[in-house]
Amino acid sequence: MKRRISRFCMYFFLTLGAVIMLFPFFWMFSSAFKTTQEINKFPPQWLPGHLSLDNFRRAFAMAPFAKYFFNSVFVMVCSVGLTTFTTILAAFAFSRLRFPGRKLIFSLLLSLMMIPFEMLIITNYSTIVDLGLWDTLIALILPFTSSIFYTYILKGFFDSVSDSLYWSARIDGSSNWRYLWKVMVPMARPSLTTIILLNALASWNSFMWPMYVISSDKNRTLPWGLQVFTTEAGSYPELLMAASTVVVLPVIILFLFARKYIVRGVARGGLKG
Amino acid sequence: MKKNKQKPDRELVDRSFLARIEPYLYLLPFFLGIAVFTLYPVVNVVLMSFKEDYSYLTREFSQWGLANYDKVLSDPKFAQAVGNTLKYVLLVVPISTLISVIVANLLNQKLRFSALFQTAYFLPMVTSVTAVGLAWKLMYNKNFGIINYILSFFGIDKIPWLENAAWSIPSLVIFGVWNILPFTIILLLSGLQNIDPQYYTAARVDGSGSLRIFLRITVPLLAPTIFLVCIVNTISCFKVFSELYPLFNGKPGPFYNLYTVVYYIRFAMMENRKYGVAAAAAIVLFGFIFVFTMIQRVVQSWMSARKR
Repeated sequence: MKRRISRFCMYFFLTLGAVIMLFPFFWMFSSAFKTTQEINKFPPQWLPGHLSLDNFRRAFAMAPFAKYFFNSVFVMVCSVGLTTFTTILAAFAFSRLRFPGRKLIFSLLLSLMMIPFEMLIITNYSTIVDLGLWDTLIALILPFTSSIFYTYILKGFFDSVSDSLYWSARIDGSSNWRYLWKVMVPMARPSLTTIILLNALASWNSFMWPMYVISSDKNRTLPWGLQVFTTEAGSYPELLMAASTVVVLPVIILFLFARKYIVRGVARGGLKG
Repeated sequence: MKKNKQKPDRELVDRSFLARIEPYLYLLPFFLGIAVFTLYPVVNVVLMSFKEDYSYLTREFSQWGLANYDKVLSDPKFAQAVGNTLKYVLLVVPISTLISVIVANLLNQKLRFSALFQTAYFLPMVTSVTAVGLAWKLMYNKNFGIINYILSFFGIDKIPWLENAAWSIPSLVIFGVWNILPFTIILLLSGLQNIDPQYYTAARVDGSGSLRIFLRITVPLLAPTIFLVCIVNTISCFKVFSELYPLFNGKPGPFYNLYTVVYYIRFAMMENRKYGVAAAAAIVLFGFIFVFTMIQRVVQSWMSARKR
């Protein structure tokens, strides 16, 4: 009996907590479908009276959200693609190839990880301006083509692959390049998936850097475009919520399918070393 | 990590020129990005923080010196920014850790619908803070907001969450805790899963109750992880910015009362165009982060030494 009660309490508190965690999302989606009258009611209305995509249509007409969406996807694909490429090569070099100072260089790189991006912004901003890339999509991609953290994760996996595999491949006449792409990369698929997902999320949600380097409407990405939209649509919260839904929903769907990979990566990221 | 790698067979190692430069070719694309957008900025921000009267247009400065640090450290606005940041850290870190210890412990039990619960608790981690912040802003609305409506059931009058300077901190902290919980829970959960189940079996054989097991076994064994989580969260809370931005239309608080260190850097740079001051403030921010990172390193090496 006592056990039953404690089981019940456990489920009760977990459910209550889960409801609180999910509530802002529910509220965002529900509000995205409300009419102007419905959203300004008190007591608030829990659900919209009817489902129509009107708010989405109006939001997309007021600001170029389709363009923002495309920009976000473009920046994400380019920066994830480039980062994955540089990460695979660097992780392989640090894990497998021999060159003087290999360990020292890698540990110096690891210590660079503690540098907050906020500290680099001042210089990177000037660099982007000097390169004539201010207010271009390239400015959003170029600083994010290599990552010490992802290299560290992938190197960890490469290190765990047995030496004999490498040497037998070499004896068979395989070059390093071939061995990397034909043997290592397919084996590293779970680690690579984690890296790509974390990277894609970071890129999709990126806000601070675009805020510094993007000014014109046509070059904004979703999170930054959304914040600018708040000044235009401040009096229409239902439009804001429709626009926010566009930012958040793709990520939620992704998370439902790839939760394990993402969680594993996050657990690695917090407790490095 | 495996330490017992066998030495490569000398006969197999290719000593040609191409083979010797091969590693550098693999590293080149990676290092290009790191050199231009991480290494150079680190050096440059340190130099810039000592350049007095730096002009962002001409890139000229009058002399080397400590004037920027003097300006930052004597600026009441910076003192306020540090004060707000510390307040945020001191509220968000303990609250989120406390909640997370309990939730992680519950999620670690044999649960039905465990995937469902995990999804619910982890979701805020992947969604855009600035987008969800707008939903929170709507929920915090004084007149139409759902939060004030729910509080009215308990006889609580309408709270000016975002309009009042005193309430703006709790509003930010609640949103901040909600936002950092998933990450904290995940770290604690992986810490819990590292605890040897034998401890629990032994305790159950002794007939200890759940609460006793939680307090006497779980918490002490989890203590190092809890400590690490606190430090990691302290570092990330020091950089609070994106949580603040959507709540107050980009302003730091309703009356510019919630300046944080990162906001200070942004304003020094973008509004006042004082890059030297911004650089000095960034170095001070790094100083805080550096201290906590060092503590983290020491604890981590101590933990892994104990494991062996």
